Amino acid sequence: MGNTPTNTPAPALTPVVAPKTNRIGLQVIDYRGGKTTLCAGCGHNAISERIIDAMYEMGVQPERVAKFSGIGCSSKSPAYFMNRSHSFNSVHGRMPSVATGAMLANKNLIALGVTGDGDTVSIGAGQFVHLMRRNLPIIYIIEDNGCYGLTKGQFSATADLGSTLKSGVVNDLPPVDTCAMAIQLGATFVGRSFSGDKRQLHTMLKAAIAHNGTVMLDVVSPCVTFNDHEGSTKSYKYMQAHDEPLHEVSFVPAFEEINVDYDPGTTFEVTMHDGSSLRLRKLEQVYDPTDKIQAVKRLMESHEKGEVLTGVFYINAKAPSFIDMLNVTDQPLATLPESVTRPSREALAKCMEELQ
Amino acid sequence: MATTDIVSQESSGQLGQKRDVVINDMSIQVATVNGSGSQSSNTVLLRSIFQMGVPISGKNLFPSNIAGLPTWFTIRASKDGYIARKKEIDLLIAMNAETAQDDVKTLAAGAAVLYDEPLALDKVRDDLIYYAVPYDKLAASVGAEAKLRKLIKNMIYVGVAAQLLEIDFAEVEKAIRKQFSTKVKAATLNLAAAKAGFDYAVANLKKRDPFYIRRMDKTKGKIIVDGNSAAAMGCMFAGCTVVTWYPITPSSSLVETMIDYMKEYRVGPDGKATFAIVQAEDELAAIGMVIGAAWAGARSMTATAGPGISLMAEFAGLGYYVEIPAVIWDIQRVGPSTGLPTRTAQGDVLSTAFLSHGDTKHIMLFPDSVSECFTMAQDAFDLAERFQTPVFVMSDLDLGMNNWMSDPFPYPDKPIDRGKVLSKADLEKAGGFARYKDVDGDGVGYRTLPGTQHPAAAYFARGSGHNEKAQYSERPDDFERNMERINKKFETARAFVPRPELMGGGKAKIGIIAYGTSHWAIIEARDQLSKDHKLETDYLRVLSYPFTREVHDFIERHERVYVVEQNRDGQMATLLKLDLKPELTPRLRSICHIHGLPIDARSVTDELIMMEGK
Repeated sequence: MGNTPTNTPAPALTPVVAPKTNRIGLQVIDYRGGKTTLCAGCGHNAISERIIDAMYEMGVQPERVAKFSGIGCSSKSPAYFMNRSHSFNSVHGRMPSVATGAMLANKNLIALGVTGDGDTVSIGAGQFVHLMRRNLPIIYIIEDNGCYGLTKGQFSATADLGSTLKSGVVNDLPPVDTCAMAIQLGATFVGRSFSGDKRQLHTMLKAAIAHNGTVMLDVVSPCVTFNDHEGSTKSYKYMQAHDEPLHEVSFVPAFEEINVDYDPGTTFEVTMHDGSSLRLRKLEQVYDPTDKIQAVKRLMESHEKGEVLTGVFYINAKAPSFIDMLNVTDQPLATLPESVTRPSREALAKCMEELQ
Repeated sequence: MATTDIVSQESSGQLGQKRDVVINDMSIQVATVNGSGSQSSNTVLLRSIFQMGVPISGKNLFPSNIAGLPTWFTIRASKDGYIARKKEIDLLIAMNAETAQDDVKTLAAGAAVLYDEPLALDKVRDDLIYYAVPYDKLAASVGAEAKLRKLIKNMIYVGVAAQLLEIDFAEVEKAIRKQFSTKVKAATLNLAAAKAGFDYAVANLKKRDPFYIRRMDKTKGKIIVDGNSAAAMGCMFAGCTVVTWYPITPSSSLVETMIDYMKEYRVGPDGKATFAIVQAEDELAAIGMVIGAAWAGARSMTATAGPGISLMAEFAGLGYYVEIPAVIWDIQRVGPSTGLPTRTAQGDVLSTAFLSHGDTKHIMLFPDSVSECFTMAQDAFDLAERFQTPVFVMSDLDLGMNNWMSDPFPYPDKPIDRGKVLSKADLEKAGGFARYKDVDGDGVGYRTLPGTQHPAAAYFARGSGHNEKAQYSERPDDFERNMERINKKFETARAFVPRPELMGGGKAKIGIIAYGTSHWAIIEARDQLSKDHKLETDYLRVLSYPFTREVHDFIERHERVYVVEQNRDGQMATLLKLDLKPELTPRLRSICHIHGLPIDARSVTDELIMMEGK
């Protein structure tokens, strides 16, 4: 210490590169979460990454987001993204009710639900149905791997007829198509994607953030440990061979300059609730994503053909959400002061008088 | 099937003897068919007596059915203010051909029977006082259309009964006008029907029974209301903002009434509501929404009954372990299973105390009256938010669905307690927080609400093992410490829950413990014990679980303590035994009633005397 030169010149300053930030001045790191404990290569991790990117790019304030999940591998994943957002890992199959309650309490929250095919389609089928019916503002993502990962690989209700377990057991029950269900039930933004399709999933998530109402995204997300083998229809290999995009999805958020540079003959444009533009470049001749009947028909056809149809199947950007219909105060119910939530002395006197 | 639980009486030929006149002390039972519109008539009769200044209670004993099954309505008038059910019926108004014979057979000798003439009930027994009324003829004379005649027959018996009991007809008229306040035509028709009955009685019936209603002044300023409506008002004035529910008897009317009140008093001039009430798809979703809403900061509640409580078990455990406030009204009915959906019980006490798997314990409140339904609503919300845990209010069908007389409810005098919630400003000062850290030594941590605009506001709520910072943890020491802290909250709560109410000088050898609606039978039974058996008792009414110090002290001070309740297994007695010093548990003795009818004083008195070996 004693011989530390005192006149050493300061190290040359490297030019400071301001870290990249989004439109609200946050870095992508502000959207990150804890280290994942899921298996290496798990599709769920890719989905978490896409959520981080989409939220960052859309400039969503992390504190406004509330994450919800049920039970299972997928439901653990909210711990692995967006640490600055409140999160509620609830009970198996009942996340929809918890999310609904939270949105009743604070309508300014942006609700993001992450669930799995077991959590939604089996134990949670009832709550799933009613969440869709209500058109609650929520982005509801099913991380769909066709099996129960956390209990070591049993079939779930989205496993395809004839697909096999690692042990060779064949599934002899038909699968539930969560997208067809959601469309029929009243969800207003319904699509399917694949955890391995970075671009499509990323774009659909950004559009989901702009939507007012229930967004139901079924994302095929292979389970590398229990359902990525020959005979599985939810494996990376199977998806690469059978993924059939309905259209090319692009999205221009409202805060960017919206150009009209597309051909209406080849592209279907949906103006979203907040003014954003969702553009679906046709890969098929006539597909109108605002037509429920056609959407369900096309999904049924895809099953017949053995393809995994992906894209935005149905959208209704104008339907009122459940919260709109409740017509509650602008200030969240959660934080209304006593002066507003406790009626007056005169009100009680009137109640009493009516009972005399 | 009859709902009086008196064994058929042998004829004792008392009719020859002149009974003393009985004033303002009687039980009137109206036997009808449900769906026949008798509810309005019974309310008018009840109100007429009430307006005469005589304390009343009304109990509707109805089937789990929409129309066509027998139903009974019992009105008790008591100059002494006793409002528990009374077993003995003094005046039977027999309108239901199907049950009339049985109804008459269960009466005590000397009772009066007002019956529809074609039923010819006077042939059944000769030790009763009979009045036959030709309802069909009278209904036709009122001039009502054929389809309304069935309904107005019920108002005719009100007129007849009023004349026989010497109720001022002006009071009947006033009660009818109140009952049909918004329907002028219906009021006119019903008034004519009541008058026809009254006039018929004047002209044709000779008073032979000893029962009279005479003016008193014991109901001035009082209100009549059912417990569910009182609870609805209580929750509204307690600042409740989110209600999610699934219809189930006997709790549905709580939320339905609340919807009406909230629409009237909790919608701003801009038309925007300061509340959300959502009918869920089942009880699982109802409690799930309550938990979600409370986590996000709303004062939220649900109302249900036993089967719903069973379904809510998993979420109750989540609420307990994640530490989320919630208010759950259990309007208890008879279980197990579907049980008797339209009959009353106190049978959910034990299962609710420990609802859910693992080590769970819940705060419970036991309202005895409509006024406590009102006041305990705020207690429940305040305790839930103060201790960040589900709180169960254990009402029952008798309290929730029957009409009770009460003093008007006082305006809440304490401010709403939202518990320990950190704001953005708090976080700015502190820099951060640990959700499950016992900072104040009371076991209760600080929470933040989603949406709080501070980078350190968020925490991860989870039903899986966690440490003080709400991080996932399977460490044995983390788990144990957390569970002990949660238990500490429960211990702290002992000093905050409503304290029990002591009646009696505290010097008797015998103590009675009861709770909820059993209270009304106990105050009457204590008078009977004292008057008829020279047996003095002290009485402690328990208002809450966990038990407070006073409960232990009471048992310590008495040689024998009778725990009276409306279930089979002595559920409160069992809870007490878990809490007591082992040497005190032999002092407890159970008096249990499980027939589904509200408990009555005479049964308590008789059983206690028998158990005392007297």
